Order: sequence, then C-alpha cells, then structure tokens
Amino acid sequence: MAIKVSVKTVRGPLAAKVKEVSGQDPNVCFQCGLCAGSCPMTGEMEIFTRKVMHLLQLGLADVVIAQKMAYLCASCHTCQVRCPRGIDIPAVVEALRLLTLRHGENYLAPESIPAERVREMPQAAMVAGLRKFTA
Amino acid sequence: MKIGYYPGCTLKSRAKNLEDSALASLAALGFEVEELPRWNCCGAVFSLANDDLIHHLAPVRDLIRAKDAGHERLITLCSMCYNTLARANLLMKHDEEKRKTLNLFMEEESDYFGEVEVLHVLDFLRRELGWEKLRAAVKRPLEGLRVAPYYGCTLLRPREVAIESPDLPVMFADFLRALGATPVEFPEATACCSSYQIIANESAALEASAKILRAATASSADALAMSCPVCEYNLGRRQGDVRSKHEGVGELPTFYFTQLLAIALGLPQETLGLKWNEASSLELLKKKSYLTVSA
Ligand code: SF4
Ligand code: SF4
Repeated sequence: MAIKVSVKTVRGPLAAKVKEVSGQDPNVCFQCGLCAGSCPMTGEMEIFTRKVMHLLQLGLADVVIAQKMAYLCASCHTCQVRCPRGIDIPAVVEALRLLTLRHGENYLAPESIPAERVREMPQAAMVAGLRKFTA
Repeated sequence: MKIGYYPGCTLKSRAKNLEDSALASLAALGFEVEELPRWNCCGAVFSLANDDLIHHLAPVRDLIRAKDAGHERLITLCSMCYNTLARANLLMKHDEEKRKTLNLFMEEESDYFGEVEVLHVLDFLRRELGWEKLRAAVKRPLEGLRVAPYYGCTLLRPREVAIESPDLPVMFADFLRALGATPVEFPEATACCSSYQIIANESAALEASAKILRAATASSADALAMSCPVCEYNLGRRQGDVRSKHEGVGELPTFYFTQLLAIALGLPQETLGLKWNEASSLELLKKKSYLTVSA
C-alpha cells in the first residue's frame, strides 16, 4: 500500500484527535515491539501495536483505522503494563475505535448475535462487547 | 460492621455458582456481608477515552451507594466488576477535574471522593483472614487435586488496581495451597482469554483461549480455577468449540475459586451451584468424592 507522509499528515487533525481522546502521545514510543510481542490477539491482526504507534507518529491514523486491528484488541492491558515508555496502548486503540464508532458506524450489529449465544453468554461479555463494538 | 457487597449482573444469572459459593463460604468463615440495597450494572469495562465521562457514572453511582449505606469497604467477586469499580474509584480519588464534573452532574447524589475501598474477595481473604487461618478452617482438604490458577487480566492489570504484582503473582497459588490443593504453575496463567472478543471475532477469540487451555493441559492440571465469568465462558462453556478447532486441548474442568473454597470448607453441594458448570466439573468432583449433601 502506498503511504503518503508529509507535514500535513504528521500535524493533521486526525493524529491530534487520537492524542486528545487517548490522552497519550505516540511520539514517545521508541519502537521496541514489546507490546506486539505480548499481545494475545495478534493472530488475526494485519498490523500490530508497534506499527500502529509508528503510523500514528507519521500522522497516519486513517491508515490504522482502515484495518481491523483496533477491533481485535481485547483491552487486556498486557502491552500497557510492559511498555517501557509507559504508554497506555489500549487507550490509544480505544481512541482509534471511537474515531469510527462516534460517526455512528457499528462494528458489530447487535441483531446479528444468535439468540442462543445471547441466552448463554455472561452479561459482562455482552455489555463489554457492545460498549467496544457499537456506536 | 457488615461488609458491603456489590454482585454485578452476571452473578445474578449465569454466574450464580460464583455468588452462591462465595456467600456461603464467607458466612462459614464468619464474615458478615451485606449486598448493596440498590445497585446498577458497572458497565463491565472502564472507559479508556479521556473525553468520555458519561460511562464513569455507572460505577461511580455504585460507589456512592456503598458510601451512603455506611460501608468503608466494598467487596466484589466478578473480576470485570472489580476492575471497573476499582478504576472508577481511583479516578474519583485522584482526578480533581473529572471528579468535580461527575459530582456536579450527579447533583442529586452525595459528593464522592473515592472514600470507599474496593476489594476483590481473593485479596479480601488474604488480608482479613490470611492463608494460615484459612488452612485451619478447611474441613475437607483438596488433597491430590492439581489446580491451575488462572488470573486472567482484570485482577492484575493495569498495575494501579492489581491485587498483587502483575509480573509475578502468587496469591492464587497460595490460596489453593491453603485449601490443600496442589497449585500447578503454567505459563499462560495471566494471559488474556480474549474477553469480550468472543461476541464479535469468534475465531480469533477461540485461538486466544486455545493457547491458555493448551498450556494448562500440558501442565497436567486436573482443573482450572478462576474468578471471572467471562473467562469461565471462554475457557469453560466454549471449551468444546476450542477443542474442535485447536489441537492439544484436553478436557479441563473449570471452577470458580469460591466453589473450591466451599468444597474445602465442607459446605453442602447445593451451595456450589454446579448446574451452571460444565458436566466435566461435576464428574471430577464425584470421582474425587468431594461432594456432600446436607442432611
Ligand atoms: S490491550 Fe489490546 S493491543 Fe494490548 S496486548 Fe491486549 S489485546 Fe493486544
Ligand atoms: S512497548 Fe511501548 S515503546 Fe515499545 S513499541 Fe510498544 S508502544 Fe512503543
């Protein structure tokens, strides 16, 4: 995929929004990759957290949002407790999710969950999932 | 003074076994526990967005209810509730600006400053009773039972609400040892089971669960012990689905830590809520002759 980086992207409003919503500064990341090596959900992610941080440093939040990555994060905080730069990575990922969800686009249509699953699933999973995947 | 208790939604339905066994055990150990007179869903996850205050209202309301009921301490059983309430409590304690906005918004409620202490029951037992006293209270030691203690995420992360060091936790193993069981070390004890991912990204979720179950199987544990209803769903209820898609996953009975506690305290079978467990859990208990029915 061709990526265009310029002063415009780096200082662009989308990158600023991710900073604002997450309260985190991706620029302090020094690309060690410990986060990605700790993540239990990388199996189906196209890009991992280290690369997410790099793309955000370049102001390319839109490139990250186009991936499924943010919706595969389980907010387990494993990366967060291990990050040597003290970045709250799940908060950054939450901000990336919210950039889409706040436009009213659901990742998961609640009516698509089979009735049998709704019956057997713990409420905590339903509530948490709907919080993370719906607008 | 009675200790405040916040159950949360799941403990009143799918995880009735967690609540019933815990309340019976706490009573048998001499603790007086009182459910909050009024409570609401905590929201299950703590909002991670800096500009999202509205989702903090639910857990903070619960904390206000605890304070208004005169409780200095609030115990919880569900790991998700523990995490959400404990984080909301820290926010109200330390973030002056957000605290002010939240208190102003809930004008009709008492102002809250993070006064109540939120405790998970495992940590509560360690602090209030200690493992020696627990060992002395055990009537039916779980001798020869190899149990893999599974912490999951929300008791240990983030660090500021961890019930102990997230890097090298020992509390769960100490608890099991006090019950007379043999705790089994396994490398995935603090890994994530995929949590709520099971509702939207099933194959990725089952893969994360498989890694944990495979490690527990390899450690030749008889059973897996946990405290979170979402972990129990992913690793217990959905274990058959994991097994059908992934290799190296044996049949592993799952229990809430409080069910093992109730058994070790010699409490009758009806306090265990076993109908909510998978069949393999009941079979293991029968095989070990751990069950008693009250006269
Ligand atoms: S919080 Fe998300 S990104 Fe970080 S390790 Fe867990 S699943 Fe991966
Ligand atoms: S662990 Fe922290 S510093 Fe290292 S790559 Fe990940 S975000 Fe960057």
